[in-house]
Amino acid sequence: MSGPQGGTERLSALSIQRWTPLSRAFTGGALALAAALIFVPVLLSANVTQKLTSLFILIMIAVMWNALAGYGGLVSVGQQAYIGIGAYGTVLLAHQGLEPYAAMVLAVVLSGLVSVPASYLLLRMKGGQFAIASWVFAEVFAIIVTLRVDLGAGTGISLIELNRYGAADRQAFTYWLTLAATTITLGLIFVLLRSRLGSSLQAIRDDEDAAASVGVKVMAGKRILYIIASTGCGAAGAMTLANTLFIVPSSIFSVKWTAFMIFMVLVGGLGTFEGPIIGAVILFGIQDLFADEGGWYLVGLGMTAILFALLLPRGLWGTVGERFGIQLMPVGYRVRGLGRTGRSPTGVAPADEAAVSRAEV
Amino acid sequence: MPNTATVLSATGIRKRFGALTVLDGVHFSVGSHEAVGIVGPNGAGKTTLLNVLAGSLKPTEGEVLFRGETITGAPPEKHSRLGIGRAHQVPRPFGDMTVFENVLVAASTGGGHRGQQAYRRCLEVLDLCGLLELSNRRGESLGLLHRKRLELARALATEPVVVLLDEIGAGLTDEEAGELVQTIKQLRSEGVAIVWIEHIVHVLVQVVSRLVCMDAGRVIADGDPEAVMGDAAVIDAYLGSSAACRS
Repeated sequence: MSGPQGGTERLSALSIQRWTPLSRAFTGGALALAAALIFVPVLLSANVTQKLTSLFILIMIAVMWNALAGYGGLVSVGQQAYIGIGAYGTVLLAHQGLEPYAAMVLAVVLSGLVSVPASYLLLRMKGGQFAIASWVFAEVFAIIVTLRVDLGAGTGISLIELNRYGAADRQAFTYWLTLAATTITLGLIFVLLRSRLGSSLQAIRDDEDAAASVGVKVMAGKRILYIIASTGCGAAGAMTLANTLFIVPSSIFSVKWTAFMIFMVLVGGLGTFEGPIIGAVILFGIQDLFADEGGWYLVGLGMTAILFALLLPRGLWGTVGERFGIQLMPVGYRVRGLGRTGRSPTGVAPADEAAVSRAEV
Repeated sequence: MPNTATVLSATGIRKRFGALTVLDGVHFSVGSHEAVGIVGPNGAGKTTLLNVLAGSLKPTEGEVLFRGETITGAPPEKHSRLGIGRAHQVPRPFGDMTVFENVLVAASTGGGHRGQQAYRRCLEVLDLCGLLELSNRRGESLGLLHRKRLELARALATEPVVVLLDEIGAGLTDEEAGELVQTIKQLRSEGVAIVWIEHIVHVLVQVVSRLVCMDAGRVIADGDPEAVMGDAAVIDAYLGSSAACRS
């Protein structure tokens, strides 16, 4: 084997790269953009503000689903449970007399709390079982809400407490809260994926048993990821309520949310940090242009998803990023300086060959 | 029998899957700095024993001891963190991660390394296993030889006291197996105890000082490699003479 002879000298010529000048510039630019977006409600129309709020919500849930499925291998069909809990939790708490924006923040915490016992139930299952069980879990919450008359039952409920603010203020507050939540969740997921836990999660996604055999605490890793992703979806639910002011259980707990999440992540690129954000922008564009077409718009979405699955299975960013070796928000590692060592990876020392030729077959 | 302090041992291990008894009262131990080979015909229970030692299977009966303390039934990640490294028979790379990242996961969880120290250790292990040049390749893009090396590299990055190798030479050419032998010899010289299942006995005996032969869920011979390979029960198990001749 090409042993470690003279290794120290050659090894010290190598370095581990995580950031590139391009990715530093891009990440800096993204932070600057987030800062600039603070001024949108002041400078642009209420209509633009509301639409951008919807876009941020889409980005948030796409990033959360990608973290779950693309980095943790947890293909959930039930994250709408937490979107609904975030929304109805806000209504419940506001009805108790809490200031509505404070109620939203608390409802997000509530989503996270619900996900803890749920994780003990759901993470016992794997693959398809987990997917279906997570969906059933969401349906259970939808049914509970439908049976509660004080929550408007099946006909839905408004967050009337928000009426204490004027329409413009309300739209601006909601926008800022959503912008903050999106920036924080994206930042959190980015830091998480770059951390030790992030690479452990990717190992779990690729092969759970092998991950355990090198020391990864599989269940703990999955649980942390599930709780974070569920809390993020709870935030998306609370923001959706604040943005639309009215919710119906059949819609807020609808599996269509999962369809949207899968669409955004597949089109953008599963298991890439950048992909889901691109996917969210695309879905937002399609919704904005074609949402009035009714059923045909959903057919179009489905067709687009199928085309991507067939022709660009790694998604837009998965394909572009890989072809050009670009990572704008890098979560992985690259070893630099290998070219200089000029050693064949299968090189055999002569002594080894002698040993082999002596061996009988 | 171990000539030094016992690192890892199993006593009275039975493992049943329903009505099928795969391990039937196995006693096994490996001393620190010792290299033990396990041979035996297919279905003898070798891999099952390794699974029990690595914590990926719970024995139906019996105890697994690491440095004298029981670890029976502890999860595999605990075994890894204690210092029991493991290379699978069918390589299981983390397909979507690079070779370097594959090893980094092992170094930073099982190995307990952090930051620059973890990077440094990964590069050393990759160099030792002849994978350095392939550091940035994705796991799933590797061929069999490199997958086997990666399996070994990951096990080493967990800083094992004892490493369990399951047929890591199978399917390799003699030349490739020879390279592997050099790496494992190097490990041994660094003081890592080795338990190695291998069908290719002439490769095995270049490294191990003791051989254990299993058949039908039991240890039928244990001792000096030459003596074990000459043992009547071992020859019988391998050549499959009539059942009546078996003791």
